[in-house]
Amino acid sequence: MAIAIPSSGRALLGRLRTQALAPLLALLALAVISALISPYFLQVQNLLNILRQVSYAGIIALGMTFVIIGGGIDLSVGSMMALVGAMAIGVLNAAGGDRGGGPGAIALAAAAAVLFGLVLGSANGIAITKGGIAPFIVTLGTMAIFRSLTLWYRDAGEARSTSELYGGLGMSTALGIPTPVWVWLVLAVLLNVLLNNTRYGRHVCAVGSNEKVAQYAAIRIDRVRFVTYAIVGLMVGVSAVLLSARLNSISSTNFGVNLELDAIAAVIIGGTPMTGGRGSIWGTVMGAIILGIINNMLNMAQVSPYLQGTVKGLVIIAAVFIQRKL
Amino acid sequence: MALALVETENIGKEFSSVRVLHGITVEVRTGEILGIIGENGAGKSTLIKILSGIYTPSEGRIRVDGQEVAIRSPEDAKRLGIRLIPQEFNLVADLNVYENVFLGNELRTRGGFLFKKEMIRRTVEVLSSLKVQVDPLARIDSLNVAQKQMVEIAKALAFDARLLIMDEPTTVLTRREIDLLFERMRALKARGVTLIYISHKLREVREICDRVMVLRDGAFICLEEASALPIDEMARRMVGRELSQVFPAKRNGPGEVALQVEGLTVPGVVEDVSFELRRGEILGFAGLGGSGRTEVAETILGVRHMSHGRIRVDGKPVQIHGPPDAVKAGIGYLSEDRQGAGILTQLELVKNISLVSLGKYLRGLIDRRRERAAAESYVARFSIRAPAVDTRLEFLSGGNQQKVSLAKSIDSDPRILIVDEPTRGIDVSAKRDIYRFVHELADRGISCIFISSELEEVIGMCSRVLVMRAGRLVGQLEGEHITEEEIMFLATGVKGEA
Repeated sequence: MAIAIPSSGRALLGRLRTQALAPLLALLALAVISALISPYFLQVQNLLNILRQVSYAGIIALGMTFVIIGGGIDLSVGSMMALVGAMAIGVLNAAGGDRGGGPGAIALAAAAAVLFGLVLGSANGIAITKGGIAPFIVTLGTMAIFRSLTLWYRDAGEARSTSELYGGLGMSTALGIPTPVWVWLVLAVLLNVLLNNTRYGRHVCAVGSNEKVAQYAAIRIDRVRFVTYAIVGLMVGVSAVLLSARLNSISSTNFGVNLELDAIAAVIIGGTPMTGGRGSIWGTVMGAIILGIINNMLNMAQVSPYLQGTVKGLVIIAAVFIQRKL
Repeated sequence: MALALVETENIGKEFSSVRVLHGITVEVRTGEILGIIGENGAGKSTLIKILSGIYTPSEGRIRVDGQEVAIRSPEDAKRLGIRLIPQEFNLVADLNVYENVFLGNELRTRGGFLFKKEMIRRTVEVLSSLKVQVDPLARIDSLNVAQKQMVEIAKALAFDARLLIMDEPTTVLTRREIDLLFERMRALKARGVTLIYISHKLREVREICDRVMVLRDGAFICLEEASALPIDEMARRMVGRELSQVFPAKRNGPGEVALQVEGLTVPGVVEDVSFELRRGEILGFAGLGGSGRTEVAETILGVRHMSHGRIRVDGKPVQIHGPPDAVKAGIGYLSEDRQGAGILTQLELVKNISLVSLGKYLRGLIDRRRERAAAESYVARFSIRAPAVDTRLEFLSGGNQQKVSLAKSIDSDPRILIVDEPTRGIDVSAKRDIYRFVHELADRGISCIFISSELEEVIGMCSRVLVMRAGRLVGQLEGEHITEEEIMFLATGVKGEA
């Protein structure tokens, strides 16, 4: 009956230990190995490149963390990203007219994309909660639907922005750090607070842990789960703007393909169990960076790009295996 | 002097240098029913897990039929004829009865295919020897708890079990099902099967067992003929000190009507139930399992939807479409299904306690310090044994989990509290604590509905008892009319032995 009251420092350490220590250690170990393989690894430009490369999937993985903690899954994010991105460029070109879009047109396109992502995510959420259909099935369906709509909209071709500013936004940096990385980190801070310090975040854990207990505890489980899909849709909207700006175009066949796997992998490597109920935003951030470092390392070691998927797959399986043993 | 089937000599067990069992020496006689009792953590489970091969002992010897044996796995135990029937059944819900009976030991024809006909035949044979009428082709999830238990027993008997270890077999059974179980246990005994029976229900231990062994803090306390050990003596030896009055003194003079339920009907489950609950009253709900008590509670909570009926709280009509409405109306509920609907075992103690009442701790964000302080005050007040408030509940014992579940139910400051089987599967001292808390709540003016299948506690706790049968309220008992005989008469509709 005696209980220890840990100081806030110990509490913080304890929380870190349970949630994100394992991915942090894995991240550091990988960094050391990479630095040994190539001295180029630790160069600031290389590190910033890695962060930029993973930020797009990383942003979506933040939302995916909520979905998975809530006991769900979203397979549609890659196709959703293509549809939202194609539409963003459509809006940009339409608003920009012949001279190409200026700042106003870009702001309009970005706002439309974020809103559209929110709408598509909400559509998944409604089908899952109101329709009572398993998340895997619903998002497997919408994965096909969103991709097919993108292909139809662009006639299987690409959507290219006519704005000269748009590509500049994609390449922009602030204080030397690429814009998408800033956006990613700011969103991670916000969503970390949402997960750990708000009623909503607590309810997501409760619903994912045991839906019936949550229902008896007067938690509106459908609303809680619906919002997780809306959040991931919102993240897709943000990511679609940043990545389409970076490329200045969208290929309706390739854009966002397999992105859902990267996002889910980041969440899992970050220590959030597929069974839901608990998880960590910072773990997900580290999971995404781990994936980025692996790709970077394999490139530097001149491993065939065709084999990179094998390594990525092994890392995902190993990560879950190690977490089970901990 | 009966022959010993199994003897243990100085059996002990350590987990990472913590001793949980100290030198137990006992002989289990062929054809007896041996009861093992003790509080949670007394070492009962450890001992039977050693006998059934789930744990290996750190020291000591085991003899079967006088031969020293090593039991290193459940398979070893099975080969020796020792079978454990766990509290949580080990049945695969999607498979049918005979497939479960032969799970892992499927019979095959010479061609390598499943020999279904023979497996079904032998399942029928075992079930009929137990006088159980269950279709061998029925899926497990279509059976009720008592039937599932019989399938577990059949599973053991199909492979010639000589020692059957039953861990808390009656917790989820109604009185009638318990009587049937006991009848079958006696029949097994007559066939020469030896049984070890573990239970918190001392009355039943005294009723069914030949001898009773008491464990406390991992140590052997005594082993006596059941007839020589009255119930209060059992309790005293388990706890190791004099037990004061188990139930607090009954209270009287409840106030005005707090909850009024009129004509509550859920088609097929609850039929036209009306009652009043007064301020500070502890109102008992008795009845057999499946008589609709839990369903009435769930309807008041809004988990089930009524087709007819009205609910008034403090005289004002309330519309309850779901648990959030019930909480808003000041209704709290402690579920009978602790792990299924009560607590989140994966989450920390502190987060469980604030599960319903989180709104209280919001200042924009969750005020973690106040949330912890509240959890710590419950830990102290309810004597919850936990290393820290951020221990996950899966590491707590059943009694402590139940206290957390109760703390969760009252932290939202309900004015009406419904407790459903509040002491199921917990030990004597945790039970007494729970009784005391419910009384304290009533003293503070909270009205309680006390649903329980343990007649003893309904009689001890309540000054008014409603009895349900087949979804209907069939009677109300007050004062000295609250007796086991009266309650059973109303609950079964049959006059006779309680």
